[in-house]
Amino acid sequence: MTLHLETATPAGSGGSGPPAERTRRGGAWTARFDLLATPYLFVSPYFLLFAVFGVFPLGYTLWVSLHDWELAGDRTFVGVDNYLSLITDDAFWNAVVNTLGMFVMSTVPQLVLSLVLANALNKRIRGRLLLRMGVLLPLVTSVVAVAVVFTQLYGRDYGMVNWFLGLFGVDAINWQNEKWSSWIAISTMIDWRWTGYNAIILLAAMQTVPKDLYEAAAIDGASARRQFWRITIPLLRPTIVFTVFVSTIGGLTLFTEPVMFDGNPTMSGGATGQYQTVAMFVVKEAFRDFDLGYAAAAAWLLFALILLGTLVNHSLTRRIGGTE
Amino acid sequence: MTATRTGRRAGGTLPGTRDRVWDAGPLTKAVLALAIVISAFPIYYMFVMATRTNEEAIDVPPPLLPGGHLGENVARLLATEDAYFLTGLVNSAVVAVTVTLSVILISTLAGFAFAKLRFRGGRVLLGLVLVTMMVPLQQMGVVPLYELMVALGWTGQLKAVILPFLVNGFGVFMMTQYTRQAVPDELVEAARVDGASTARVYASVVLPALRPGMAVLALLVFMQTWNEFMWPLIVLNPDNPVVQTSIAALNQAHGTDYVMLFTGTAASVLPLFVVFIVFGRQIVGGLMEGAVKA
Repeated sequence: MTLHLETATPAGSGGSGPPAERTRRGGAWTARFDLLATPYLFVSPYFLLFAVFGVFPLGYTLWVSLHDWELAGDRTFVGVDNYLSLITDDAFWNAVVNTLGMFVMSTVPQLVLSLVLANALNKRIRGRLLLRMGVLLPLVTSVVAVAVVFTQLYGRDYGMVNWFLGLFGVDAINWQNEKWSSWIAISTMIDWRWTGYNAIILLAAMQTVPKDLYEAAAIDGASARRQFWRITIPLLRPTIVFTVFVSTIGGLTLFTEPVMFDGNPTMSGGATGQYQTVAMFVVKEAFRDFDLGYAAAAAWLLFALILLGTLVNHSLTRRIGGTE
Repeated sequence: MTATRTGRRAGGTLPGTRDRVWDAGPLTKAVLALAIVISAFPIYYMFVMATRTNEEAIDVPPPLLPGGHLGENVARLLATEDAYFLTGLVNSAVVAVTVTLSVILISTLAGFAFAKLRFRGGRVLLGLVLVTMMVPLQQMGVVPLYELMVALGWTGQLKAVILPFLVNGFGVFMMTQYTRQAVPDELVEAARVDGASTARVYASVVLPALRPGMAVLALLVFMQTWNEFMWPLIVLNPDNPVVQTSIAALNQAHGTDYVMLFTGTAASVLPLFVVFIVFGRQIVGGLMEGAVKA
């Protein structure tokens, strides 16, 4: 508060003399113009940039998707042909299945774990700030670094995961080789990076729940588990919706982890495309096969997928913690 | 309602109940300890590997304590010319700093307008910002963005990665929320009565009050920009990379030189860790505040 007042004073005293004079006399028009136009001036940088690097690319993608469009060369209008080819393209559906599979495989455990972690962080304990910083450490680590480290940990011959499993008599797994194993590996990368962050967001929401509610429930004989399900979860619902919303966009545009997991950025996602995502498919079609029209159509279908995913999640999370 | 009242009365008659329930029990402590170990281990392992030799890196069981070979790994990394690692590091710093400063400026200007100025269509425009937050521009728009950069002759140049990242709906949204609570209306009114123009109010009243929120946004944007991978991979050339694409090049061409690769990744996260450790309290606080408001 003091800070605000102090900083305000110089502005006030500095402008109190002449400007006020100006406003009353000939500057009335300037002042009026200032009130009317400046707000638009202030929001214009964002919207100008958004028009050039947002609206234009989206609209243009739609236009390109209706063409047989190569990087330098033929541009023939083909209508919805690209879309028709896409929906019968096994490679595209493979990428869609991979994306959805890894999304579900990563999001569900992540949500559960972050709730457990948030609940633990909400208890009274010493070194709270350090604990919170500790669980946020993975978020600070860049995705490429995470992928490099985890790919090494999942290495077939010298990886720590196989070594550990070997202690229990499990044979060395080639994690890149199969759908299930590559999905697990990539999902753990995502979860490792995001669980702590989601826990912090949920923790913030938990702390807004009045403790009286819990006391009352305890007096009425509700167990801790029951309190968690009947009080915490329902009151956290908006925040859960928010975190799921954020992970939907992130999950369906998954790119860096599977690309780095491959080693060679060929965008193929393994020998038979075991872990090729839709975002990788788009980049492959556009910048490896130079079929821009096809890539643009895939990009629009990806967007449709995101909208659909958001809607499905929304209706699902609405039910979580709702009255049974 | 009745439940709440009973609870309060009972809490009064039984002092201490409230305290014991919220203390961390052994199970909680175990969960937290496990979470910290899992969070820290891959990072620790990365730094350990950066100090080892390739022979040691493939030992069974793997080495868990730092060795003494960091210097030679760094030297080899810098001598690996086809990765352009140092160029990547400098480029990433240039891109991240430029994007961060610009996003802060753009977001505080728009945030101030949306939160404190009344103008026709303001609410609709703010709604539009929220919608834009949902669109994954980099993935959706790669094809035309690339063509745009080709047309402008900007491919391979840093401005090709800087400009698209300036569109940050989250920043505008966050600064709008923050301005609403951090800048009292009376303050703006008082400055206006004194004859200050809108620009003057922004510079002398609003910006100083927004400083803590700006710091959090700056850190988030810096991290996000430092992290960008897909778009730089597409639009930049291998001889002028950002740090992330430089690591991808290392991974591709020298993937068997584990320790050098790990030295590179360790160097790429170090700036973020330093910032995080110095500003940890503000970042945690800012994230939690933002979460409750959003």
